[in-house]
Amino acid sequence: MQDLIKTKQDYPEIFLDSLDHLWFQVAGTLCNIKCEHCFISCSPTNHSFEFMSFEQVNNYLEESISRGVKEYYFTGGEPFMNKDMFKILERTLELGPATVLTNGMLIIPEKAEKLKAISDNSIYSLEIRVSIDGYTEMMNDEIRGKGVFKKAMEGVRNLVVNNFLPIITVTKTWEENQDEEVLEGFINTLKSHGYPRPRLKILPSIKIGKEAARTKGYDKYEYVTNEMLVDFEMSNFICANSRIATSKGVYVCPILIDSPDANLGNTLEEASKGYELKHQACYTCYLFGAICSNYSSVGRDA
Amino acid sequence: MLKKVALIGGVYSNHIALKKTVEDAKQKGVDAIYCMGDLGAFGPNPDKVFPILIDNKIPVVQGNYDNSISNGLDDCQCGYTDPRDNYFAKLSYDYTFRKTNDVFKLWMKHLPTEIRFELGNYKVLLSHGSPRQMNEFLWETTTPTHFLEKLCADYNADIICATHTGIHWERKFKDDKYFVNVGVIGRPENDGNTFVGYTILELENDFVNAKYIPVEYDHHALAKEMKEEKLPEQFIETILSGWWTTCLEVLPAKERIKGKF
Repeated sequence: MQDLIKTKQDYPEIFLDSLDHLWFQVAGTLCNIKCEHCFISCSPTNHSFEFMSFEQVNNYLEESISRGVKEYYFTGGEPFMNKDMFKILERTLELGPATVLTNGMLIIPEKAEKLKAISDNSIYSLEIRVSIDGYTEMMNDEIRGKGVFKKAMEGVRNLVVNNFLPIITVTKTWEENQDEEVLEGFINTLKSHGYPRPRLKILPSIKIGKEAARTKGYDKYEYVTNEMLVDFEMSNFICANSRIATSKGVYVCPILIDSPDANLGNTLEEASKGYELKHQACYTCYLFGAICSNYSSVGRDA
Repeated sequence: MLKKVALIGGVYSNHIALKKTVEDAKQKGVDAIYCMGDLGAFGPNPDKVFPILIDNKIPVVQGNYDNSISNGLDDCQCGYTDPRDNYFAKLSYDYTFRKTNDVFKLWMKHLPTEIRFELGNYKVLLSHGSPRQMNEFLWETTTPTHFLEKLCADYNADIICATHTGIHWERKFKDDKYFVNVGVIGRPENDGNTFVGYTILELENDFVNAKYIPVEYDHHALAKEMKEEKLPEQFIETILSGWWTTCLEVLPAKERIKGKF
């Protein structure tokens, strides 16, 4: 593995405390765009992971009930490329809250209305997280591809008119001292595109997959050691409270599905075993906490 | 035997509402009053809260704020991750820490993290955030029923009560189990109303029901005191308008859309 740099066998081991968050790689690695910073290099032709069917998802949902899973997350690839997506959301929202991580481009007015109907029919929250990586067309499209900004903003607008407050999820690709300028830029842009109360979530970049090629990847000292974990709150690691189901079984976390060792089994039960924090991406989780979860779920794991 | 108890959620230094709430609960003839933590934060002059609780012999569950203040931690453990939320949380935390007497800090340090009692045949468990973690948010729209069932089983309780989120809700589920978020009396519920509220849990004909009791209090007096203490205008606006202006990013979609900001 490219991101494995340690050679000695004393990786810190982490155990699943409780399965609070169940993720689904519902669109596999298939996406309608090819972002320059994608940590699992999704694209229209990357079939490493295939779409999950309604039945596959539902089996895991059923298994999740007795385990007391608190939140369900759907990612890809682009989840709305999955033809079963609406049916999957309907079923999920019978059981608990759902969050979809999308690029927003496929959320045309009819689909936004359908999402509203599904959301209105449930007592639980349906969160839509739309990834946008620049507050100008140029800044965004440089990373996410030509024409993406306009379509994503249309998706956001369609969600907003249907009573959603999408969480705009931004991967940080700028310098520390530009934080204020970028945040203000995003807020102003979103307001001017018909989203008066924008919600933002800033993520650090994960320097694997295509992002490793775009930047220089991790430095060789960036990994987690036993010494770093003395008095450390282990629930900061997403793998202390989460697993991700895919078309090829259950993996330890959404970031590491390209690593065969992160496949922990075919059922949630099998995937409840511990895991060694041997990947450099674990270092990002160590630094920033469980970055993948929603803000509303913090307190438990961030 | 207990039949009717008052459960008071986050106080957030709102001593005016606390006094009013205790009077109201007594007037309604409760057998006991419990407070579920987060005594400081947000409001003015935290030291005014403690005598009301101590003089009335009100058992208190330790909240994350109380745990932080009494142990001299760097922040309130409120679980905010948004920079703006953290900015306001820090202002409030530093103020509360500075204005809390050491004697009260010591008193808070030894508060229990849970209180258990029986209401008829029902085993009631009071916690601040959740039984498993003091600062866990249990919002109505992000807490599945099967999750609550597991909590009841894991913690051997029939009725679990919590506060922490700032918005009251309740759900009954199978085998006569019950979850109740009792609300808070520290600030209004982000619905444009200025009142706050607490919960009465009452045993009636062998069933327990939770009733949320709105409490009108002199919120203008509180706002005046907050102004004198130079607390942020945004906090005062919440007290006067009933809308949350800060620490909004932790709200799930459905709770957030109901608010103004």
